[in-house]
Amino acid sequence: MMINRKIFRKLLLFLLTIPVFLFIFFPILWLFTASLSTQVELYAVPPHWIPQHPTLQNYFEIFFPSQSASSVPRTFAISILNSIKIASTVTIICIVIGSLAAYSLARIPFKHNRTIQLGILGIRMIPEVSLIIPLFIIASSLQLINKPIVLIITYMSFALPYTIWLMAAYFQSVPIELEEAARLDGCTRLGILFRVVMPISVPGLVSTAMFIFLLAWDEFFFALIFTSTLAAKTAPVAIAEFVGRYAVNITGMMAGGLLAAIPPILVALLFQRYIVSGMTAGAVKG
Amino acid sequence: MAKILKSHPKRRLSLRQQDARTAWLLLIPSLVVILGVTLWPIISTFILSFLNAPTGINQARTFIGLDNYTTMLKDQTFWATIGRTLYFTVVSVGLELILGLVIAQLVNSHPWGWKFLRLSLIVPWAVPTIVNGAMWRWIYSADFGALNGLLMQLGLIKHYIPWLSLPNMAMPLVILADVWHTMPFVALILQAALANLPEELEEAAAVDGANAWQRFWQIRVPLLRPAILVALIARTVDAFRVFDIVYIITSGGPAFKTITITYLTYLNTFSYGKQGTGAALSFLISFFTLIMAFIYIRVLYRPEENQ
Amino acid sequence: MRTFYKIALAILVLILAASLVGCAKKAGPVTIHVLTMDQAGLKPAEIDQIARDFEAKNPDIKVVMEYVGYDFVHDKIVTGMAAKPPAYDAAMIDVIWPDEFIKAGYLLDVTKRVTAEMKSGIFPAAWNGVTRNGKIYGMPWLMDVKYFMYNKDILQQAGFTAPPKTWEELVDQAKVIKQKGLVEFPIIWSWPQKEGVVCDFTVLLFGNGGAFLDASGKPVFNNEKGVQVLTWMKKTIDDGLTNPSSVASDEPAVEADFLAGKSAYAVNWLFQFSDSNDASKSQIVGKVAFGAMPVFDAGAKAGIKGSSVDGSSSFAIMATTPYADQTWKFLTYLASNDVQIKFSAEMLPIWQGDFQGDSLAKLEAATPSNPITVPAFLGQFPFANERPTVSYYNEASMALQLAIQEALTGVKSPQQALDEAAAKWVQLAGK
Repeated sequence: MMINRKIFRKLLLFLLTIPVFLFIFFPILWLFTASLSTQVELYAVPPHWIPQHPTLQNYFEIFFPSQSASSVPRTFAISILNSIKIASTVTIICIVIGSLAAYSLARIPFKHNRTIQLGILGIRMIPEVSLIIPLFIIASSLQLINKPIVLIITYMSFALPYTIWLMAAYFQSVPIELEEAARLDGCTRLGILFRVVMPISVPGLVSTAMFIFLLAWDEFFFALIFTSTLAAKTAPVAIAEFVGRYAVNITGMMAGGLLAAIPPILVALLFQRYIVSGMTAGAVKG
Repeated sequence: MAKILKSHPKRRLSLRQQDARTAWLLLIPSLVVILGVTLWPIISTFILSFLNAPTGINQARTFIGLDNYTTMLKDQTFWATIGRTLYFTVVSVGLELILGLVIAQLVNSHPWGWKFLRLSLIVPWAVPTIVNGAMWRWIYSADFGALNGLLMQLGLIKHYIPWLSLPNMAMPLVILADVWHTMPFVALILQAALANLPEELEEAAAVDGANAWQRFWQIRVPLLRPAILVALIARTVDAFRVFDIVYIITSGGPAFKTITITYLTYLNTFSYGKQGTGAALSFLISFFTLIMAFIYIRVLYRPEENQ
Repeated sequence: MRTFYKIALAILVLILAASLVGCAKKAGPVTIHVLTMDQAGLKPAEIDQIARDFEAKNPDIKVVMEYVGYDFVHDKIVTGMAAKPPAYDAAMIDVIWPDEFIKAGYLLDVTKRVTAEMKSGIFPAAWNGVTRNGKIYGMPWLMDVKYFMYNKDILQQAGFTAPPKTWEELVDQAKVIKQKGLVEFPIIWSWPQKEGVVCDFTVLLFGNGGAFLDASGKPVFNNEKGVQVLTWMKKTIDDGLTNPSSVASDEPAVEADFLAGKSAYAVNWLFQFSDSNDASKSQIVGKVAFGAMPVFDAGAKAGIKGSSVDGSSSFAIMATTPYADQTWKFLTYLASNDVQIKFSAEMLPIWQGDFQGDSLAKLEAATPSNPITVPAFLGQFPFANERPTVSYYNEASMALQLAIQEALTGVKSPQQALDEAAAKWVQLAGK
């Protein structure tokens, strides 16, 4: 009887995953279909769920730019590389210095702790759109416009509050007994941080890293205003270029969009095993 | 403790003071970056909000005190926009929370293929916002879109519907596009938290006779409170300031029905050339989001339950 | 103390000397940055070619072109001009921006640089986009108007041999087309919450004998002529003649619909015609024809012979650039007749001479489509109307966009919506 109930339960759960899969993948599959269609076919009514004349033309134009008529696909690959460069740098630096700051705010009861937390939260509230012009003036006077470093620094300034906040919340869920035990063993504060808390927090660090990577990867407006040429152009800006004043190269945009989604997915794949359940029964219970 | 004092004979700092020192050491790199980049822009925007500052070179900037703020607060468009933005935020975040919780729970129950499910969650999130917007705009397209195509083939509609031309449908459609895109974030946070929940409490409750529903609401959800709080605040702050996706899908239309508060700020700063007004709007937005964050923390934050 | 003053003086002298050295004119090429929009008129590869040719002729000037989508040009100019030196030395200016930019002090007055030859050689209407109060602020570049295009095939099947001359006639034709089941919605417009809807409204408004502002600058688009137009627009949607998705369709979407054969008539910029003969984009290759833009009966009676909207763009020198001379050199090169003729297949030249006599024959022979597009241009451009040349145009346009959208979606009555927009315009003018 127990076995039947178990199988029934497993089956039910599996059936429940189907609508979820549909919800997730229906738009993606449509994106994929569009990227394999010609513009004419995309406008077919009723829609061709599977293209009748599938073509790799859109991808071809992106990977073999010299053949393409428009300049946009040509530059696409380079913009993806820029995005990878910028997003990775931002993520690594943010995780390193952000988690340090997060720990101090989460666990060290020093005098201005609360104020700083509020300050960082407050800074995050300002919509980035309003800071573009003053930042542009500064960056321009430092001659940093159109260099990847300007985007890296700018993104760090709003990714850091996120990192700090997410990691602080995570650190606070680490059982304090672990730290107290380490303290009793004679660890300094830094020792506790690096020898006890950090190793346990790997899942939190990885999830936060992914979040930051996607944040930087996704960003559009700053990239648009601060970059002019391929030296620093990022993927979202390149994708936006598929929309000209007169023509929208929809099929190209869909192909480019899919390609632009691949690096974050690969990153997620790579680090997926680190996001597995964190603390095990080995932790001290209070 | 004796060990510490011994290694620093000259320093008679108390443990507390040493701790504070360490704290600052850990904080300084981040503070330098954050303040270094944003301090001047924030201050200059703050000052701008009290000026009449038309865009331009050598344009006279006159001090007008709180005028920018009061004009906004008296403007009907402003309040209508706040209302719309709140609608977007509440529905969007609400849906993400519910869907996220359901999916997190589903993944956590380890059905067949749960690892693939968890990996698939990344996909909508990984699609850049621009592409997400363009894709949904295309799906909603009146004459060629997949939505109309699907509904027609399923026999649910007889005529193609011009979705994005309907003033009352536009915002819900933008919400759907946004929920699809960001729900994975909430789902993954909650799933990680669920995976960390100690099983003993629930097992004990089960032994005591509590059924699945009771166990869920009275034990599991309260234990998830910190994770829910994190997800809620992060998403609310972001949802309230939504801009990119609206810009792509509807450009604020039809008839202003999808203009959000950040969009209004953008219009004032860049299109209308009224930087003073734009600056004032930014601070009003920050004010509103801070209030929302405070409300959450007040209502949901219980430190003693952080274990 | 005496040593202190001596050292201080020495340092001062050194600093002075250093700054003087810095002040000396830098030898070597000057680099100018030019911002323009992507994918309209000439392709970026072609403009790059022009830039390279220019550099070959002018070894001391380097040109860095930047291409962005139309929607973003304005924002990049505004941000770029906040910096010193400005991020751009020249930029493409849409016909609706000069007033705003002149007020902001962005554009350099080039009246004295324009030669008599240029003034008389280039279409006077092209100078409209860059002339204010007798001062010229830029070099014309791309002249474009909205054209009336129709699907010959569909009209023929419905039994019509000629395109409509008035909007009322269009409605009659459309009814027949719809009745015969040839297409579901015969007309598609660009009426979204973007500038495109104001363009279409301009075409219709002036075609009814209406106007945006009266002689004293007060808004009159909410008088009975304007309300008639807006009411007519809504009625065509209600009657099922105008595709309801027009309310969310920008110009590319209009093209997509028209070229998929889903509508019989579409008002759009020139690009729609060239795309219509591109088999990878169009299902109606060879079936598209130009008609003169219709007007309303009332407008025709009032003597209106034609109506369209000016969508030209020009290049302007940014006022704070340190390289005005070099930039002007490049702009005049861009606009020079030789260059324009070379690329006349992509973009019609701005020089009147090219449209006369032998030159006209040559121009028409340049590409297969020119024999059709050149006469269409010559026929339609004289009737291009301007949108209001006020410095607060962006905000005014937004108010009008909102009004039109509210009326079209039935949120407000046309009269009420236009009245509110007019009130907003008065308020903006008063500031």
